[in-house]
Amino acid sequence: MDLLQFARGPGLAISVAVFVIGLAWRLYRIFRHPAPRDFSAPRRSPSWPGGLRAVFSKMLPPGGVKIRGAQMLNAYGYHIGLALVVFTFAPHIAFVQRYTGLHWRPLPDPVAFIATAVAILGLLMALMYRLTDGVQRLLSSFDDYFSWFVTLLPLLTGMALIERPYYPVPSIAPALPTVPVLLAIHLLSLELLLIWLPFGKLAHAALVFVSRWRTGIDFARKGAAV
Amino acid sequence: MTPPDFDFPGRGVERPAVRYDKQGELTDSERVERAMQAFARDTTRTVATYLESCIRCGHCAEACHFYVASHDPQYTPIWKLQPFRRLYKKKKITAQELRDWQELIYDSCTLCGRCTLACPMGIDIAGLVTRARHAMFAAGLVPHELHAVAERAEREGSPLGATPKVLKERIEWLADEHEVEIALDRPQADILITLSSIEIMKYPASLVALAKILNRMGASWTIRSDGYEATNFGLLSGNSDWQREMSLRMIQAAIVCKAETLVLPECGHAYSALRWQGANMYGRPLPFRVLHISEFLAEAVRAGKLPLTRLAGSITFHDPCQISRRGGATSAPREVLAALGADLREMPSAGDANWCCGGGGGVVTVHRADDHRHRAFELKMAQIDATGAEHLATSCSNCRLTFDDGQAHFQWSKQMESLLELVADHLAPRAA
Repeated sequence: MDLLQFARGPGLAISVAVFVIGLAWRLYRIFRHPAPRDFSAPRRSPSWPGGLRAVFSKMLPPGGVKIRGAQMLNAYGYHIGLALVVFTFAPHIAFVQRYTGLHWRPLPDPVAFIATAVAILGLLMALMYRLTDGVQRLLSSFDDYFSWFVTLLPLLTGMALIERPYYPVPSIAPALPTVPVLLAIHLLSLELLLIWLPFGKLAHAALVFVSRWRTGIDFARKGAAV
Repeated sequence: MTPPDFDFPGRGVERPAVRYDKQGELTDSERVERAMQAFARDTTRTVATYLESCIRCGHCAEACHFYVASHDPQYTPIWKLQPFRRLYKKKKITAQELRDWQELIYDSCTLCGRCTLACPMGIDIAGLVTRARHAMFAAGLVPHELHAVAERAEREGSPLGATPKVLKERIEWLADEHEVEIALDRPQADILITLSSIEIMKYPASLVALAKILNRMGASWTIRSDGYEATNFGLLSGNSDWQREMSLRMIQAAIVCKAETLVLPECGHAYSALRWQGANMYGRPLPFRVLHISEFLAEAVRAGKLPLTRLAGSITFHDPCQISRRGGATSAPREVLAALGADLREMPSAGDANWCCGGGGGVVTVHRADDHRHRAFELKMAQIDATGAEHLATSCSNCRLTFDDGQAHFQWSKQMESLLELVADHLAPRAA
């Protein structure tokens, strides 16, 4: 078994299993705790629309509160960049289709290339803020730096793979790159991200919904602002 | 199974200054053990969600008046929870860490919840600080003044010595002085009025205002000497048992006099304690409504029961955090001010995003926090000065107390007024 076979086979299976089981464990750590009933008379009922509202409204900058504008703009940049490159780049859709059968229409290559550049620059800026901003430096731990590293790595290894146009898609299974080991390294970097995600701050990809929902319904009950 | 410790805080960072009080003669390990047990008891699903979700973005810092007033990173709201995040993750903490964090948990957090607005993950940091205070109280690490007033409230029924005897004497004096009937200990009434000890002892005109308004409305009301004190220092200091006891006194008094509505005074945390936590302390839904006085006045205005004359001049309104931002009653005072025909000049970020006065959460009682609190108060003064309003009103006597202190400290020209007293002063004359 060569490196690519490992990355496409056991490596991927193990990392996906760790990702799924790890995320389930992370959520279990939360949901195993009691949720005492709230007997106060609600100002608004039902309160679940408040949960839904909070999930979406918290995607926007808060009103009336000063924001760290540059950092927030940068965060939008690399989140959107990451989403575009993961979900709209033709080879990534082909990858998903190979394993699940699911597929959707990709966007032209330049979109993914620009998105990757934005994401990489954004992550570099994010690291700069974390190292130079007094508040972020104080709050930061190994988790923050390692999570940054495992997020950046697939972007860099993916950039090393680009060698020809991928869109329009000539066939759903793109040919192997000239240097297959680069694809193996790219896949392994993704697998490292999947393995780490449930255990560090990257789990916010899932926890963001739990946390905003919780606050949304609690505060909607009171008619309070989120 | 506990995860490996990947989130040890940044190294080489200046720790909070060592300044702390303590209660009891416990060993360090006993203090830590008690804090751990208390925090474990408080770890509900919501608390766990929040403690798992922080992404360390630091956006909460800009929302905190204590950070903005100092630009010292240690006042970043989520940092105030650092030892408690470690407790949650079953990591070891030391008594020294708890002592170090006393200033961050008590002196420099008013529980105002502005940081919650800023948090992209929606973490209710003020709610977590309340839990952290439970742990600190259990560890016997509460600022002396705050513990003293909380203990006095437990012992005498009032943190400022407004005992039932003092209350009766005050009511007799005020009724006589102002020629107004103040209902006390009626066996039955539709409305139970509760008070803040700050009103009783420092702003007694509030009691007169209440009586004038309720009498004018022809309401069936009473104050009960067995359940009048709404100030809840159990909540502020972090003692849930004391908090429950204070709440149950009012709840029992309301049940005894068969009140349909319990009206809370101009006090922010009293609203949190009874309106949103009272039923949970009681263990079942309350058999009566709970309204803040501003909500009660707004209802009366809406129902046409409170004819008012026009308030001359411009006014700005300071939103008490626990009533507006965290209580959901932001519109009530504005309805009342509209009924007064007031020229309301809102502050920048008025309403839900309002800057705290800096004295909530018991901070105004902690004298070693005065310097920092005064610096935070400068934000508030700037907000108010920007409106150019002639008058300044609020519906929280603790905010009012903090403003009076700030006014004296800075020799500021603005005088905080009570919304309740403004209403009483502008009751329309009875039709002949």
